[in-house]
Amino acid sequence: MRLLGAAWRIALLLGLGVFLARPDLFAPIFAPLTRFDAPAIYDGTSLLSLTLNHLALTFAATLAASALALGLAVLVTRPAGAEFLPFSRALANAGQTFPPVAVLALTVPLLGFGAAPTFLALFLYGLLPVFENALAGLSGVSPGVSEAARGSGMTGLQRLRLVELPLAAPVILAGIRLSAIVSLGTATVGSTVAAKTLGEVVIAGLLSGNTAFVLQGGLIVAALAILINDAFLWVEGRLRARLAS
Amino acid sequence: MIRVENLTKRYGDSPPVVDDLSMEVAAGEICAVVGTSGSGKTTLLRMINRLVEPSAGRVLIAGENTRGLRGHELRRRIGYVIQGHGLFPHWSVAQNIGTVPRLLGWKPAEIKARVDELLGLFGMEPAAFRDRRPAELSGGQQQRVGVARALAARPDLLLMDEPFGALDPVIRGRAQDELAAVQARLGTTIMLVTHDMEEAVRLGHRIAVMDGGRLLQCASPAEMMARPATPFVEALVGGAERPFRLLSLERVEAAVEAGEADGPPIDAEASLRDALSACLWSGRDALPVEREGRRIGRVTLAALRHRAAPGGAGRAA
Ligand SMILES: Nc1ncnc2c1ncn2[C@@H]1O[C@H](COP(=O)(O)OP(=O)(O)O)[C@@H](O)[C@H]1O
Ligand SMILES: [Mg+2]
Repeated sequence: MRLLGAAWRIALLLGLGVFLARPDLFAPIFAPLTRFDAPAIYDGTSLLSLTLNHLALTFAATLAASALALGLAVLVTRPAGAEFLPFSRALANAGQTFPPVAVLALTVPLLGFGAAPTFLALFLYGLLPVFENALAGLSGVSPGVSEAARGSGMTGLQRLRLVELPLAAPVILAGIRLSAIVSLGTATVGSTVAAKTLGEVVIAGLLSGNTAFVLQGGLIVAALAILINDAFLWVEGRLRARLAS
Repeated sequence: MIRVENLTKRYGDSPPVVDDLSMEVAAGEICAVVGTSGSGKTTLLRMINRLVEPSAGRVLIAGENTRGLRGHELRRRIGYVIQGHGLFPHWSVAQNIGTVPRLLGWKPAEIKARVDELLGLFGMEPAAFRDRRPAELSGGQQQRVGVARALAARPDLLLMDEPFGALDPVIRGRAQDELAAVQARLGTTIMLVTHDMEEAVRLGHRIAVMDGGRLLQCASPAEMMARPATPFVEALVGGAERPFRLLSLERVEAAVEAGEADGPPIDAEASLRDALSACLWSGRDALPVEREGRRIGRVTLAALRHRAAPGGAGRAA
């Protein structure tokens, strides 16, 4: 069963790789979805460069959101930072409640078109899952273990580094995974403000009534989401196994 | 070794949790702190290693005021064992035991040697246990690793807060005997909090009784049973159980006298409580006493009866 799972993921990865390197090979498959002899494969920008851009934007936004959210969670779980909990929670919640499309609309006048407003929208949208998971992980360390860490003479920083973060790592990673997957999907919206993401393919398809484009963009994003999710799950599983055995 | 002077802890406006408490524990002694739950035992212990800062009073360890040290540095010098052991689940047994030596910057080879030594001391084969995770140990083994971790950096003082509370009675008895043996060998001074009077009598050279944050009495078990300071102490040291507890404090050799007796002998190292039990069970008035296989005399039911009463023997201490 596990072998089968691994085999189909490897196939997916290979398939995606070949498709991005030589999309023309797949033209016959997509051709029936086009009308009036429109091109079967999007050729406005190369699919490979759009994909790499899309990934880079998602990666940067997730990294920045994770760093800030984790930092806030660490801060509010220290005795001295406990008073910042309501503020941090409000910030993370606001980031999640405010629709990315609205963020784009509001920030374009300030930041201009392109990657910058998209990065900001993804960054804000990605804060909440990491923050909540890190908070749950850090405050979920059993009282006996925290007490023993203090009682052994660890400093606050040593407790965080040696005990709390390692024990909370799988839960924190699950938060980062959620944030990354949501960002990956949401980044498509960035194309409405001219960010170079896979959303460009979908939008081009919608504007020209070309279902083949819509499907290509959607499939690439879906394949990336599955692969990234699985990679995270694999690492989480390894971490959990290390804690349990 | 350790001296507590007028120690007080207050939270807000409520009555103090520990109230003007003074006591002393001599080097190499086990002091058992007993009291009902909520009487301030844990708070007292945590003020000694400054997990809780006292509201007033001071603590001297080997004559040195603990206020002069930084909290975490103080705690690296004092062993600390808590109920349910608090082992780090993501670390191996060896890493757990080596916690404080690592914080103190010992060399890896020194730490490894110390870990193996301690595992041996607690009857755990180093090769078999070193690399296990806490989850792969029985409750009794986890508890032993917890004590070994507390002893790793050779502290002169060990604080234990209901260390055997999570163990079942059989394992608990064995763990208590083992602690007594290890303590006798290392000479560590121990303050052990328990709400189990049986455990206090079994392990404590002295017993401190707390109630409502105050120290009611601090004395040897025998003296406490013979002369309880207050009705509360008297109730705690246990009405009906008292004669048997008194007898359990002494070995047969203390009551041996010249003379003959019939039937199977009892060892001079056994407790007087065991001797009484043997007399009653076999219906005899006297038992022959042996030491290392040689007859050294007898112990009589009359002598046992005498010693089971307050002031019965030379145990004024
Ligand atoms: N941080 C705290 N804030 C307020 N009250 C506390 C705190 N810690 C302990 N107490 C109170 O102090 C009393 C004594 O607690 P403790 O020392 O744990 O007693 P014991 O260990 O004898 O059961 C209890 O009534 C408890 O509620
Ligand atoms: Mg307690």
